[in-house]
This record gives sequence, structure tokens and C-alpha cells, in this order.
Amino acid sequence: MSEITLQIDGREVKAEEGMTILEAAQSAGISIPTLCHHEKLEPYGACRICTVEIEAHGRTNLVAACLYPVEQNLVVRTRSEKVDKTRKVLLELMLAHAPDAAALQDLAQEYGADKARFGKESSFCILCGLCVRYCAEVKKKNAIGFVDRGTRREVIFIPEITSKECWDCKECFPLCPTEALQATFLLTKALMSPSPPSAPESEE
Amino acid sequence: MKEKKVRSEARGGGKIEQIINKYQGDPSSLIQLLLEIQRENRWLPNEALKKVSKTLGVPLSQIQHVATFYKAFSLVPRGRHEVQVCLGTACHVRGGPRILDRVEEILGIQAGQTTTDMEFTLETVNCLGCCALGPVMVVDGKYHGKITPTEAEEVLKKL
Amino acid sequence: MPKINSPAELEKLRKGIVSKRDPKKPCIAVCTGTGCLALGADKVVVAIKEEIKKHGLEDKVDIKETGCPGFCERGTVVVIYPEEICYLKVQPEDAGEIVSQAILAKKVIDRLLYVDPTTNEKAVRESEIPFYKNQMRLLIGNNIKLDPKSIDDYLALGGYSALAKALSQMTPEQVLAEVTKSNLRGRGGGGFPTGRKWAECRNAPGEARYVIVNADEGDPGAFMDRALLEGNPHSVLEGLIIGAYAIGSHEGYIYVRQEYPLAIENVTIAIKKAEEYGFLGENILGSGFDFTIKVHRGAGAFVSGESSALMTAIEGRVGEPRPKYIHTAVKGVRDRPSCLNNVETWANVPLIISKGADWFTGIGTGGSKGTKIFSLVGKVNNTGLVEVPMGITLRDVIYKVGGGIPGGKKFKAVQTGGPSGGCIPEEKLDMKVDFDELAKAGSMMGSGGMIVMDEDICMVDVARYFLNFLSDESCGKCVPCREGIRQMLKVLTNISKGKGREGDIELLEELAEITRDASLCALGRTAANPVMSTIHYFRDEYEAHIKEKKCPAYVCKELISYYIDPDKCQACMICLRQCPAGAIAGDKNQIHVIDQEKCTKCGTCFEVCPLRFGAVKRISGEPVPPPIPEEARVIARKSKENE
Repeated sequence: MSEITLQIDGREVKAEEGMTILEAAQSAGISIPTLCHHEKLEPYGACRICTVEIEAHGRTNLVAACLYPVEQNLVVRTRSEKVDKTRKVLLELMLAHAPDAAALQDLAQEYGADKARFGKESSFCILCGLCVRYCAEVKKKNAIGFVDRGTRREVIFIPEITSKECWDCKECFPLCPTEALQATFLLTKALMSPSPPSAPESEE
Repeated sequence: MKEKKVRSEARGGGKIEQIINKYQGDPSSLIQLLLEIQRENRWLPNEALKKVSKTLGVPLSQIQHVATFYKAFSLVPRGRHEVQVCLGTACHVRGGPRILDRVEEILGIQAGQTTTDMEFTLETVNCLGCCALGPVMVVDGKYHGKITPTEAEEVLKKL
Repeated sequence: MPKINSPAELEKLRKGIVSKRDPKKPCIAVCTGTGCLALGADKVVVAIKEEIKKHGLEDKVDIKETGCPGFCERGTVVVIYPEEICYLKVQPEDAGEIVSQAILAKKVIDRLLYVDPTTNEKAVRESEIPFYKNQMRLLIGNNIKLDPKSIDDYLALGGYSALAKALSQMTPEQVLAEVTKSNLRGRGGGGFPTGRKWAECRNAPGEARYVIVNADEGDPGAFMDRALLEGNPHSVLEGLIIGAYAIGSHEGYIYVRQEYPLAIENVTIAIKKAEEYGFLGENILGSGFDFTIKVHRGAGAFVSGESSALMTAIEGRVGEPRPKYIHTAVKGVRDRPSCLNNVETWANVPLIISKGADWFTGIGTGGSKGTKIFSLVGKVNNTGLVEVPMGITLRDVIYKVGGGIPGGKKFKAVQTGGPSGGCIPEEKLDMKVDFDELAKAGSMMGSGGMIVMDEDICMVDVARYFLNFLSDESCGKCVPCREGIRQMLKVLTNISKGKGREGDIELLEELAEITRDASLCALGRTAANPVMSTIHYFRDEYEAHIKEKKCPAYVCKELISYYIDPDKCQACMICLRQCPAGAIAGDKNQIHVIDQEKCTKCGTCFEVCPLRFGAVKRISGEPVPPPIPEEARVIARKSKENE
């Protein structure tokens, strides 16, 4: 692996080829906020809160630090007016779902996000996918999954697998940044007794 | 209604099994396989999805995602007649929403629903590529171009 | 059919096919593309066949079921060869006359010809019809000349000669160089240089690599790929095989949306035939090059047209886009180098190889070469597929080819680029149509949808329409796209319902910026374009909705009312009878009155009220006048005419 030198927030940082900006920053002790990132899981790039500004190939761009691979002489700014504003609005969009989620409060304060800017949405879940991916990638049980798409996308437990695997595991619970998971889980449990439905209901 | 559901599942059972067996063990064929079951059976029973999961070695959670992600699939039985109103841009500007309004009124259901007597399933589609003929309504695979709300009503009443 | 083993054998076969065909033999070509089929082309074919049988002409007349020549508005389209006489709006009842007059008596059937709506002049041949005359039909021109299910038809028109040339006279590097030199840019949306994409894929490390045809065509209002794949599938296959040769790929996919059953059918037949003839399989035309193609049906998701999402779908998984910091040309299907081009892009390749890059670059503008097929639809007289050289002005497309706006209405905007594009207003009509100019105007080429809008279209409603489309079609993975679209749609819906607030436009702009800058894939990054471009060019319409609670185009239902002018109503009963909501009160000699509570604002009364009365009015932004009192409603008629 060849070594790459890049610049993060004005500091020269050494990284290895194949590393992401986030990994390079972390190794240099520079912090970039994340929500959907987990070191045991493949990078996902859904919450975009790790958005940073880069200068590369003569252009300035916003990219997701958790996914963007380091390049020689890359210039990265983890804070800038644009980055801060992007994170603020992203937080406000997520706070519409989970205004009281602990994981969002400090960030909201830091970026001045107004948790009531957008009306409260019915679902608590911000679809970070930590539970789904942890169950698939680490536990290899696939008891949780996404269903549907667009604004109707949501997380469900698969009753057939849940009934066998989840009772003694529950490792996904502490990963959930908004407590949506527990709600879904309890709901599924309720649905499963006394008689399991033929298909998990995605809506209504 | 429950009886009907059971019957249609039983009827499609043998065929579904044949389709699943045809794709033995190739996970990348998942979407193609589900499309075939959908075409044969007109919806995807949970039992069939479980079989698919076992045969292809694809987790049920992934299959559920695929089956809810793509528009072609239905996880509930569909009505005897399938009515699609196109809401592609060309149809939209030529009065597609008015066709939909009238059809919803006639059938007494919203887009995406099936009448309780299991006669009609109403859906909207985002472009069927007949844009020059908009607005377009498709009933059981037959295209009706340049349709007016009144004509739409006539088509449905003839069924 | 024995396999063709060399270019020489191909030419021999071609000569054989051509020599067996008498160019003077009458041929009736009937368009059986999806558009004409919707208008009953299948019945026309049956009727003509019966007539031919009745006259005992089975051996003397050919009948050809062809692909779409583009003029869907006037379907069913029938062309009589060798005279090339073009009949439009043909019905099954016309079959008798077509056979007895056009074929046997060699007479032109006047009433089925094209009539110019402005000059009233008739056009006999396809080439004389303004719709066709102002086009440059390099790609779809052959559609009406061939039966897409017949490989011999394609060969008779010179098909697969470009492939023979590439395989026998050119190295893969030379093919690549020619395509690069032609400056061909991707017809699917982005306009990325095709040669550069091919080179990147060719040079990417790894053994196996794939070439893919993107026929997902999810843009609502666009159907050129359907017409090409359905009407001339071999031209797409030939382009793909040539591309595979240049890139060094031995496996190809054609990803077709399942909403296009006829395209799937025709391309599947074409692949089978091409295998039989030896254009696919091992040692193609004796060159030592092997290549096979599989058809993959798309299950209905707009986002699957995005290249990385399409590739995940080919792997059988949910078509969610991946970040493309590493190009799919390097890591695509199964993490192998994969080159994906749109149908129209591939169809250009045989032309470039046959006629050369210099010929190709002679057409078009500085940065955009060749022709582009547009689906010209919406509020325009001649709707259909039009193929024009890059650089033609929007005005020429809409007025010369499209014949202008129907019903004497005023042009308002043209929407290009599908949900990722934008609306272009009248003052930009003299703009040249190419990749860069459209982008400069805040829209994009996209796959070539061109939806013409007249004064009756509300731009807030258009923006809301696209956002609604995208809120359903986004994969929903990343926050800025999913939540940004959700919130923008909410704001737009409120505005269209008269609940707009001061500051809503600025809020839309802020959300649009985040969605554009922070989304994971192109769908999200361009999702705000319809909003941004309509705000940019039609801000006054937004303001009218927000401040005056008025929809100037009378579209947004919550902001409009229908009202019958008592001074004009002649109590003719027409609107009263046709009102689906039963909201109109009145009688034969009683002025009609709309019950505003019951009215569903479907607009039927407005449309059916005879023009000479013009009694039904649309009102927006002001209160509805109170109904006139019962006793004042009686009309005293002079004579007994009561209509």
C-alpha cells in the first residue's frame, strides 16, 4: 500500500491508499460527525452528516467523508460555511422525525439546528440502517430489513427470523440513534402473537 | 375474500414451484424469478417468498425489500381486472389526473387499492411510453389512448 | 440457417436477400409500435390481410408490420411502397380502399393523406410532411422500412456491415479511436463522452468486463428508447457488439423495463436470430471474437436507470445507487469493469463505424455531435418522436416539426430532461438545443423528453408533479434526497392549496441547495431542478399562489372555482347533464347555477359549455359571486329554440 499525503483543515495528514477521508481524519485525531457510520460495518453514506468540502481536480465539492477515498494532495475542509449549513439543514430534516433523540441533540446545538423547523413526521426512524446492516453484516441473521422506497421507506423485522433469532440477541438496540428500533421491535412482537400474520405489513 | 386468497394460492402453487426450481441456486436471478411468479400468479404470496429465499439462498429480508421496492410486484392479491392510469408528464399535462379522479370515483377506491369484491385493482403508472397519445389508460393490458373521463367510464362499465 | 463465418459470406447472403426482393413489388407497411397498437393497428393489419386474401393477392403484395416511425399523433401510420405514400389515422374500415384503390388501381386515397392545418395542403409522401421534412432521421428513419422481427429486413438495409467492418478491418483500438473522435456523448442523460467511458472500462484492471444497454427509460414523457429497441433492435445489438469488441468484453446485458413488453419481445427475438446467423456467440464472423447477450427485465423503478443502481439490479438486488467516487466503468456489475450506455447511444455506433467519425462530427454543434431523438409531447400539434440534428433551435422543433400549439393557445414553457431537467420559457425558444446550452438554461438534455406546455399549465403544479414523482421514485436511502424531497413537496403542496406562506420560496431554494449538494446520487442531486427552474423563470406564478391565493393557469383545484355567468347562460342543459358530481342546478328555462359545495372542480362544465355561449367561467384569487336568486333564473325565450 502506498502512502498518500493530503491536507485536512490545513494540516498535512498521511494516509494509506484505499482509506476514506473519515478514516484518515480519525487517524490524525480530527473529528468529523457521523450518524450512520459504524466501524464494524461497510461504509454506507446515508446520513450525509459527515459531508466535508474538498478541493480536487480544480473544483470544490461536497462529499461524504465516510465514502470518499483519499487522494494525493487532496484538500479537505471539515468545517466551512457551506459544510456547516448543510449539516444544519440535514439535522433539521432528521429532527423532524426524532426531535428528542439523544444522538442528535449535541449536534443540533453545535450547528444551530432548529428541531421544530419542519413539522413532526410520524416515524421516529431516520433510516440510518445501523440495525439492518449490523444484523446482516456482523450477526449474519438478516432479521431486520428495509422495505419500500422513497419517502415510504422503512425498517421492519422479518417475523419468521425474528422469532428464532432476536430474543437472545438484541445487539442492535443500543445502536439505534432514535429509539425507533425498539418501537418497531415491540410492534412486531405484538403483531406476532397470538397468531403470526402471513406477510409483514409494511403500511397500515 | 379470505377463501379466494387461499384458493388462488393453491392454484398457483405448482406453477410457482416450477418457476422457482428453474432458477435453482442463482441469487442474481432473484428479480427475474419474482417477475415470473408475479406474471403467473399476479401477486407474491409470502409462502412463495420463503421458498425463493431457501432455493436461492437469499435472506428473506432482502427479498422483502426487492418485492416492495419495485413497482411490478404486489404482496397482496390483485383484482380480476387491472386498471392503470398513466401519470407520466405528458399524460399529466393532458389531463391524466382528471382521468384518475373519475376512475377512482367510479370504482370507489384510491390508486393502489383493490375493490372489496376483488374485481378491480387500480394503479397509477409513471409513463408507459405512449406519450403522444396521452392521457392513456390501460385495462387488462389493452391501451386506451387520448381518453376522456367519460370514455374511461364507458370502458370500465363494459367490463 | 447456417452460421455466417466471414464478412464475405455475409455480403453473399445479403445479395441473396436483396436479389429475391422485387423493389417494384407493392408493400403495405403498417406501424405496429406500441403507440399505433394502442390506436388499433393490430386490427388494421388483420383487415388489410383479409382484403388481400379476398382479392387473391397474397403473392403479389407484401404486408409488413413495422416499428414506430414517430408520428404517433396520427396513428395508425401506413406507408405504401414503392411509391412511399403515407396514410395517416388509418382505421380497419379503410383496408378495402387501401387494397382496391392504393394497390390495385394505383390511386392515391386523398382523405387519408396528411393535411397541413395552416395551408390545407395535402402531402402525399412521408418526405413532404412538415413533421418529417424538418427532421434528420438517421436512427429512426428505418423503423417504418423493416419488420423488427426479421433479421433479413435489417440485412437488406445494410445491417451488420458496420460490425463486419469493425471485426475484419479494424483493431479494437481503432474502433475505440473512431468513437472517441466522433465525440459521441451519452444519450441517456449526462452526456458523458462515450469514447472516454469505453476507454476507462477497457483499461480497467481485471479479466471479465461487461457492456450494458440501458433501456430502463424511466423519464416520464420519453419513449425514444422504446421505439428504437422495439422498432430496430438489431441496430442496438450491432452497436453493442461493436462496443464489446472495442472494450474487450464477452458478456453483455440489455436492461429493459418490464413496462415495455413489446421491446422485450422484439429484442429477445433479435438476439436469437443474431445467434443463429453468427453475429453473436463464438468466433463472430470468423474474427475469433466471442460475445453473448442476456436480457434483464427491470421491475419498475426510476432510480434503476442510474448506472450503479441498474448494475445492482442486474445482480438481483434492490436497485440502490452506490457512490460513484469509483466509476462503474472500473467497478460495476459484480465489481467488474462495466460499460453502460443508453439505447440511443449504442444505436449511433454502427453509423459512426460505417460512415466514419468525420461524417458524424459534420452534424451538430461544437460540443454536441450527431442527431438526437426527442419525444415531442404535451401541448403541441404533432406529438411523436422527432430526430433532429443537435443545434436546431427549440422554436424549430416545436413550431416547424411540431406544428405549434393546438387550439390557438399561447406557448408557456417546454420541459426537457425529465424529472432531473427543467422548464424553459418562451424567451429562450431561439436557444440551440445541445447538451451545454440546455444545461446553461438550468435544464438538461436528459434522455430527450420534450414536454410542451401552454398557458393552461401551472408551473407550481408542474414542480409539485415532479417532486411527487421523485418522492415515490427515490430509493430513500440518503437523508438529503429522501427528506429534502419530502419537505419540498410539502411546501409545494401547501402553495398549490393556497396555504403558501411568505418565505416559502426561500425555503424551497434552501432545501433545493442541500438536496443538490449533499445527495448520494444523480437522482437526488438533480431532484430540485424542476423546482429551481420554475422558480427562476416563473417566480410570479409562485407569488400569485402565495400572496393572492391565485392560480393564474386555473389548475390548482383548491384555488379555483367554476361559475356560470347568469347573463350568458342559455339554460341549454348541456353542463347540467354532464356534470359528474350533480352539482349544477337548473332546468330548461332556468339559468344554471353551480353548487360550490358539491363541485369537484373537474372542469367538465367549462369544457362542454358551447363556445358561442361561453357562460362557464373560471375564477381564481377572488370570491365567487353569490348565486342569483331563484326567481331571477327564469329565461323568457323569444322563440322556441332552446339550445
